[in-house]
Amino acid sequence: MNTLEILLWVVLPYVSLAVFVVGHYWRYRYDKFGWTTRSSQLYESRLLRWGSPLFHFGILFALAGHVLGLGIPASWTEAVGISEHAYHVVAVATGALAGFGTIVGLGILLYRRRTVGPVFSATTRNDKLMYLVLTATILFGLSNTVLGNIIGQASDYRETVSPWFRSIFYFQPKPELMDEAGLGYQLHALSAFLLFAIWPFTRLVHVFSAPLGYFTRPYIVYRSRDVRLGSRASARGWDKEKVSRR
Amino acid sequence: MRVMAQMGMVMNLDKCIGCHTCSVTCKQAWTNRTGVEYVWFNNVETRPGQGYPRTYEDQEKWKGGWELGRNGRLKLRTGSRLKRLMTIFSNPVQPSINEYYEPWTYDYETLTNAPLQEHTPVAQPRSLLSDKPMKVEWSANWDDNLGGAPELLENDPVLKKISAEVKEKFEQTYMFYLPRICEHCINPSCAASCPSGAIYKRAEDGIVLVDQDRCRGWRMCVTGCPYKKIYFNHRTGKAEKCTFCYPRVEVGIPTVCSETCVGRLRYIGIVLYDADRVLEAAATPDPQDLYEAQRSLVLDPNDPEVIAAARRDGISEDWIEAAQRSPIYALIHTYGVALPLHPEYRTMPMVWYIPPLSPVVDALTETGHDGEAAGNLFGAIESLRIPVEYLAELFTAGDTQRVDGVLRRLAAMRSYMRDLNLGREADESIATAVGMTGQGIEDMHRLLAVAKYDERYVIPTAHSEQGPGQEELDTGCSLDYDDGPGMGGWGPFGESSGGVTPIAVENFHMLAGRQRSDTAAAPATKEQRVNLLNWDGKGAPEGLFPPRDDLTAGPDGPDDGGVGPDSPAVVEPKP
Ligand code: HEM
Ligand code: SF4
Ligand code: SF4
Repeated sequence: MNTLEILLWVVLPYVSLAVFVVGHYWRYRYDKFGWTTRSSQLYESRLLRWGSPLFHFGILFALAGHVLGLGIPASWTEAVGISEHAYHVVAVATGALAGFGTIVGLGILLYRRRTVGPVFSATTRNDKLMYLVLTATILFGLSNTVLGNIIGQASDYRETVSPWFRSIFYFQPKPELMDEAGLGYQLHALSAFLLFAIWPFTRLVHVFSAPLGYFTRPYIVYRSRDVRLGSRASARGWDKEKVSRR
Repeated sequence: MRVMAQMGMVMNLDKCIGCHTCSVTCKQAWTNRTGVEYVWFNNVETRPGQGYPRTYEDQEKWKGGWELGRNGRLKLRTGSRLKRLMTIFSNPVQPSINEYYEPWTYDYETLTNAPLQEHTPVAQPRSLLSDKPMKVEWSANWDDNLGGAPELLENDPVLKKISAEVKEKFEQTYMFYLPRICEHCINPSCAASCPSGAIYKRAEDGIVLVDQDRCRGWRMCVTGCPYKKIYFNHRTGKAEKCTFCYPRVEVGIPTVCSETCVGRLRYIGIVLYDADRVLEAAATPDPQDLYEAQRSLVLDPNDPEVIAAARRDGISEDWIEAAQRSPIYALIHTYGVALPLHPEYRTMPMVWYIPPLSPVVDALTETGHDGEAAGNLFGAIESLRIPVEYLAELFTAGDTQRVDGVLRRLAAMRSYMRDLNLGREADESIATAVGMTGQGIEDMHRLLAVAKYDERYVIPTAHSEQGPGQEELDTGCSLDYDDGPGMGGWGPFGESSGGVTPIAVENFHMLAGRQRSDTAAAPATKEQRVNLLNWDGKGAPEGLFPPRDDLTAGPDGPDDGGVGPDSPAVVEPKP
């Protein structure tokens, strides 16, 4: 275990996760107003109609795949009778499909960002950095799946990357596991942690406000005047009855 | 019965001269920022015409508002909640900027720094979205005063609904103006389509607002509103809408559009309505019954039962009294001349209109008749199906009889009052012909023609005990301070990030800036720009007009006060 290993596979993940968590908290406190998708549909929707759903469904699917692949130890799936081979076939097939959707969608989105005048003008430096790291992460990830299986040098990430990833969360990091992973996996993991580190400061924060509450709330929201900024005297006791509802 | 109070507006279309003062002052107060260049919380459209954004009334296309499902229950035209979330990544029906217009400016610099040349240099239009030179092809009022008719009129969704022969005549004969703001609906479909629940209806006065801190830019509300009165700020990535000038209304002064209306045709007041029956009323099967259904929601503020219920539901005495004096209630119920705009959208809009009689009178006068004699007028309203059909498509889902009834009342008022003004005997039969009394007509005439400021605007103030600091709530960002997030400052996370500056702070800076500056007007820095929001209509706020320095500037420096020798009294605006 050398210093570089520790830096890359222990320090970087912890720093980046800490920035991720604290950053989101801080951004939410400091900048609720900036917390938005910054939709660009007003400028252009013909390309967005294809690009955005392809990218989003693809990446959400890939995300779910990562939760399964990284979070669930191989021994668990085997315990319920799913052979390593079956798992692999399903994972690669669905992963490739989702990855393909993501990459095509991302391609359309990037093309749109660059070529549609108003969209390009509305692209901040922050966006550019985010797109760079995001694209890198996705490309490294996809190349692992594709190259790994075509060229046949797939290292078994369920024995290396996944346990290492889980070990971070047990607070017993095992950086040595990453040594055995292929270069593709190493790059993918590195850029992913870089992405996590910048995540709270980009438009990607919109992911955490996915509006699931919409299913359960009543259609029309009523809100009363807020009493939190009590700068004026509240009602006198004998008047309370009259105004209590408000 | 659950009584709630609702702020409402009525506009008397006969008096609108289409001057756009309301739109301009509104824009000056609320949307003179980057990101909302194309946004007109108040706009004035010529009818017939396409409206703003183009053809917004075509709900087959734009899918705004509610409709009745097969089970007879209300559902949003855009479908179920699940469907909206599944299409959130790209909204299937959202008007693009071209449906509004691409905002632009001119390349003024070339006028001053072009080299000497044979031809006068021209300032080219430049897009404010892409900075590229552009061809100006459309804007908010491209078809103003029937400009571009008849070709452009072909796309008027209302005109499409009425018969062809009527249509042709209409194009040749009539036009009127329709000023529009957000309807502050009782059953707002914008709020219902917002995935994050950021759009809310204020329980106290029914004003519909967007919480700028909760809006996440999902932009489903833009589609949800059938009146297209939710606008997407393309810089901040958040939805914005007409606020009913709540900071003004809370202290009892009317909205900017009403305050500055040249025709004095706007009325503001509150009504009490029964919140328990809203859904039932909005789900009335026949669209032509929706007007009546909504009217019946509005409760009689003089009914002891209603008063008792209102007290029980926490409505204060002065609000009940305001409801009793409300011009809105009078125009909707007592005189029955106000109609809602497009009740068939089922959002229960609360900005109502008195339909214009003038096309009929004009047409009659043109044919050589006495345009104001009761007999002639009644006959004309009936025979001139043309405007009536069009108005009915706007205000009663096509029920011409209702519009007819209202126009007859307005006609009766003209004839009846003409007799009085000419010193003739009042003709009570004119009043009875439209189901009113002479006194009733005189009262209505007073409200429509001579009512003063405090009769047109009966606005109870917000109660401090109801919510101290209300004005600092939520939509503060709609009115961002200069150089702050909303004014083109680029924070670290893109435009308009960072916290909200309370309006009080903004006002403080603005006043301080004005007091400290050494030029009276034409403020050198943007902080001192005139803020129409705290102008109560009296006097001319400093900075409203540029200084006439050719007259006042002394030999030793800039002039230090006054807008000119002939107007020495500059009234300091109230904060
Ligand atoms: C969890 C559910 C998510 C929802 C509901 C969602 C929704 C949206 C919406 C509405 C837009 C604006 C599209 C437009 O009108 O311009 C957007 C843009 C974007 N989203 Fe998401 N998103 C989600 C998850 C994600 C994830 C997981 C990622 C990537 C890690 C992501 C990356 C992006 C990017 C990069 C854009 C900008 C696209 C562009 O305009 O170039 N989103 N998202
Ligand atoms: S008119 Fe106003 S309140 Fe009604 S749906 Fe549209 S934005 Fe909402
Ligand atoms: S200011 Fe009044 S008269 Fe002028 S366009 Fe607006 S509503 Fe009509």
